[in-house]
Amino acid sequence: MCLAIPGRVVEKEGDVARVDFGDGTLREVDVSLVEVKVGEYVLVHAGFAIQVLDEEDARETLKLWEEILSQEVTP
Amino acid sequence: MFRFRDRTTAERIIKKLREMGLNIFLMHVCGTHQDTLVRYGLDCMLEPCGVKIRQGPGCPVCVTTPEEIEEALILARKGKIITTFGDMMKVPGESGSLQSMRGKGHRIQVVYSIRDAVELARRVREDVVFFAIGFETTAPSTAATLLSDPPSNFSILSCHRYIPPAVKALLEMGETRIQGLIEPGHVSTVIGTRPYEEIAERYRIPQVVAGFEPLDLLMGVYMLAQMIRKGEWRVANEYVRSVKPEGNTKALKVMDEVFEPTDVAWRGFPVIPGSGMKLRQRFEEYDARTLFEDELKELRGMEFRTPSGCRCDEILRGIIDPPECPLFGRVCTPQSPVGPCMVSAEGSCSIEYKYGRRKINRESIQMGSGKR
Ligand code: SF4
Repeated sequence: MCLAIPGRVVEKEGDVARVDFGDGTLREVDVSLVEVKVGEYVLVHAGFAIQVLDEEDARETLKLWEEILSQEVTP
Repeated sequence: MFRFRDRTTAERIIKKLREMGLNIFLMHVCGTHQDTLVRYGLDCMLEPCGVKIRQGPGCPVCVTTPEEIEEALILARKGKIITTFGDMMKVPGESGSLQSMRGKGHRIQVVYSIRDAVELARRVREDVVFFAIGFETTAPSTAATLLSDPPSNFSILSCHRYIPPAVKALLEMGETRIQGLIEPGHVSTVIGTRPYEEIAERYRIPQVVAGFEPLDLLMGVYMLAQMIRKGEWRVANEYVRSVKPEGNTKALKVMDEVFEPTDVAWRGFPVIPGSGMKLRQRFEEYDARTLFEDELKELRGMEFRTPSGCRCDEILRGIIDPPECPLFGRVCTPQSPVGPCMVSAEGSCSIEYKYGRRKINRESIQMGSGKR
């Protein structure tokens, strides 16, 4: 139920966008809850985009992980 | 770019956890976390590291009460068209399930999104009721829909719920010694990390907001383990690529405009203060409970029983694992579910039934497989 899937906005008209989920599926998505431009990635849940994702944040995750994992384990 | 399934990193985390010599009990409140946990066998990798994790009340279908299901059944019997998400169909209510009602010729329609329900309402003359379940991930879509002037034959049976009050209730009840919480990534995408700060302070419990890839979850566990070891109770965010401290402010505003908190019961729990989302008075004309008050009078005096032997209540409070229910896999299966935890794709019982058997002979994580 709370699963949300990332997809790329390929077209947008008002609050309705066409989102490409990468496996050949294109769906109409309501984007009224986010500020998004064509070409950007959104996280879609039950037909609504709930967040805009960017590559910078994805890189940030990998950096965060590396940082945490490189710390010594406290005995 | 959004795939996080590197096996070496996973092995590194597991090794570190093992070195820590842990014996901890964690809880999460999200069906999708449970799916990742069991689907990829992380539960089996973590147990030898001294980490036990259970799902609490984190399945919207499962926590919907028999009374609420009965409301939908009554409205269907009275000739309304009921629209809802697929997982709700088979949940047994007092007088059958939505699926069995459909079998008797009543009109029940499964939708992928509330948008489909509104479109249906535009096409027909009958009343179309959307049986609205879900936490803060889903509620903004209901709110945005009501703000966009849906047709007058469209209404909402709101069973939306807020997660933070349930987390508090869980800690307040103190039935299990929860040492750390994994907070749900997509609920948190909407509400942000701040609502958890108060919980951390009040109950002195460490929390990590985590995503849904296997590595997200392992990382979340590791972050929690570190906090537990250090005796800290912070709110950490592992899912930075989706969750901002302030959440999605636009969605929050929309949700707040349409809903107000109300006290509701959750399956397995007593009434949890401020945990329900009630339509504000301004939206009364879309509130099925107001519109069909007369029809729903039937509910009064009805008694609701838990199916005999079903231990969903304890599953939802994180007290037992599915195989501890005597009906699990014998009397209760996804084909003929006894309780909602076996119906919903997000219920602990159905997840355990689906993937649990993989535990045999499973040696390492199958990071590559298991595409959703
Ligand atoms: S196995 Fe079935 S009967 Fe037992 S707790 Fe789970 S859903 Fe309920």
